[in-house]
Amino acid sequence: MIPGKETESRIETALLEYPRPQSALLAVLHLIQAERGYIADEDIEYAAKRVDVPVAHVAGVVSFYTMFRRQPPGRHHLQVCRTLSCQLRGCREIINHLRKRLGIAEGGVTSDGRFSLVTVECLGSCDTAPMMQVNDDYHEGLTIERLDALLDSMK
Amino acid sequence: MTDGRSQTLLLKNLHRSDSATLEAYLQGGGYRALPRALKEMTPEQVVEEVKASGLRGRGGAGFPTGMKWGFMPKGPGPKYLVLNADESEPGTFKDRLLLERDPHLVLEGFLIGCYAVGCHHGFIYIRGEFVRPYQILLQAVQEARAAGYVGKNLLGSGYDLEITIYRGAGAYICGEETALLESLEGKLGHPRLKPPFPAQVGLYGKPTSVNNVETIANVPMIVEMGANWYGNIGRPKNTGPKLFCLSGHVRKPGVYELPLGIPLRELIYQHAGGMLREDRPLKAVVPGGSSVPVLRADQIDVLMDFDSLAAAGTLLGSAGVIVMDDSVCMVDALLNLARFYAHESCGQCTPCREGTGWYVQILERLERGEGKKSDLDLLLDLSDRIQGNTICPLGDAVAMPVRSYVTQFREEFEEHVAAKGCPLAAAAAPGRA
Repeated sequence: MIPGKETESRIETALLEYPRPQSALLAVLHLIQAERGYIADEDIEYAAKRVDVPVAHVAGVVSFYTMFRRQPPGRHHLQVCRTLSCQLRGCREIINHLRKRLGIAEGGVTSDGRFSLVTVECLGSCDTAPMMQVNDDYHEGLTIERLDALLDSMK
Repeated sequence: MTDGRSQTLLLKNLHRSDSATLEAYLQGGGYRALPRALKEMTPEQVVEEVKASGLRGRGGAGFPTGMKWGFMPKGPGPKYLVLNADESEPGTFKDRLLLERDPHLVLEGFLIGCYAVGCHHGFIYIRGEFVRPYQILLQAVQEARAAGYVGKNLLGSGYDLEITIYRGAGAYICGEETALLESLEGKLGHPRLKPPFPAQVGLYGKPTSVNNVETIANVPMIVEMGANWYGNIGRPKNTGPKLFCLSGHVRKPGVYELPLGIPLRELIYQHAGGMLREDRPLKAVVPGGSSVPVLRADQIDVLMDFDSLAAAGTLLGSAGVIVMDDSVCMVDALLNLARFYAHESCGQCTPCREGTGWYVQILERLERGEGKKSDLDLLLDLSDRIQGNTICPLGDAVAMPVRSYVTQFREEFEEHVAAKGCPLAAAAAPGRA
């Protein structure tokens, strides 16, 4: 059952932080996604009830913000920055290499569920370009060699 | 992350590996300004001091911070100060450095700001992708609370202040202050029409002031050292230290702290180590984040401050300096940015929603070799129709760079039409699409 007890208690805390419950909506969705890995239909209904807004409003919010996913990602969710500074320092090679090595395009998940690949807009790490975020962590100053070593280390 | 510390007021604690801890911040002289503000100054005096310092907002617009605070109504009733930590302007990575490496400096400035505007519940809106900075900041708030800097009766002054950290979820537009407030209310990040301005009708309909992370990090030194001292740094009307973010084709990309008014040439060739490859000379520089007009290599003898860059036809913006060498195709570079703005347009206003998509289509066909000569004027015409005709500055933020790339590098755009494709594509890095 999602949300589980721990997520539920963190949702309780989040609701208390704001003068209006609706302000906790993004926090509720972040917490649910942290537990399930994505936002399912039933989560949208649950969140709507929790912060007292229409289901359609939550569906709109989920689709507006790029971090909320409607499909399960791989265990390692690779988010490669594609914006100008990273492009100048070779993100295209990084993205092409990932496509080839993983056999998936952007938006895809490997059949073993190990990796998913997306490109994202500027992550504010332009001085260490090219870079990507894997789940919560930044991996900076990527080269093909470093990338391969990193992927090998991710089970 | 690299950082150049040729002058260090904002980055002075960063030499320590434990710079994010309360202990390190205190040993570096931190949390001296907050007690001074609370015990020796009225809120109005803090506002006046910041006004006198000449501090201008570091988020992009360069609006005087003290004046912004001065717009907040006096008297009782809920009022809010919101810290904009939603850094997402392409080419900008200074706020993340402060949040990760010196969160207490940011926090102390924010606490003083809350006191100055009479806010008892401050919100920090941090970019959703910044998971580690969020955790570091959360830890800093806990430390500050335990030390009596946050909570009831701050340092025995009788002033109560609660702080809530709010995580965004991936939307560039939420860096725009009214979109940020909508997002904070649990809604889509759709910018609001102004007026009314947030100082009258802001968060939850109450008077609200929104400040950038770097801006707020300047406040403790102003309170501690005084407006006169601060006003001597930089140039007239462009005072204070500034964090410059260097990226692209330079040898030493990174954040460099220097006084406002440093020459752009010096920033690139001295501080950032010059061009990355000796056989690849400078072609273009974006001086203030992707939303500002681009400069050609022969235009870099300009001072890096708000007024000097405005006089040169561009903007300091967020001081995200993106350096491009002569391997770069300007059509390709602009297409990258057009895709960014098309993705990030919130969709409220027709000129921005449709216009950004048009930009992408036109630039894609120029790159494919299917561009027409009339496409160049169409790009310029689109910019005229977008700029000034949208609720928020995102429209301007794409119209300005498009206009500048096309006018500053017109020959290169024309070559794409004449040569039916990109003349640089053969020589360019593999993987161009």
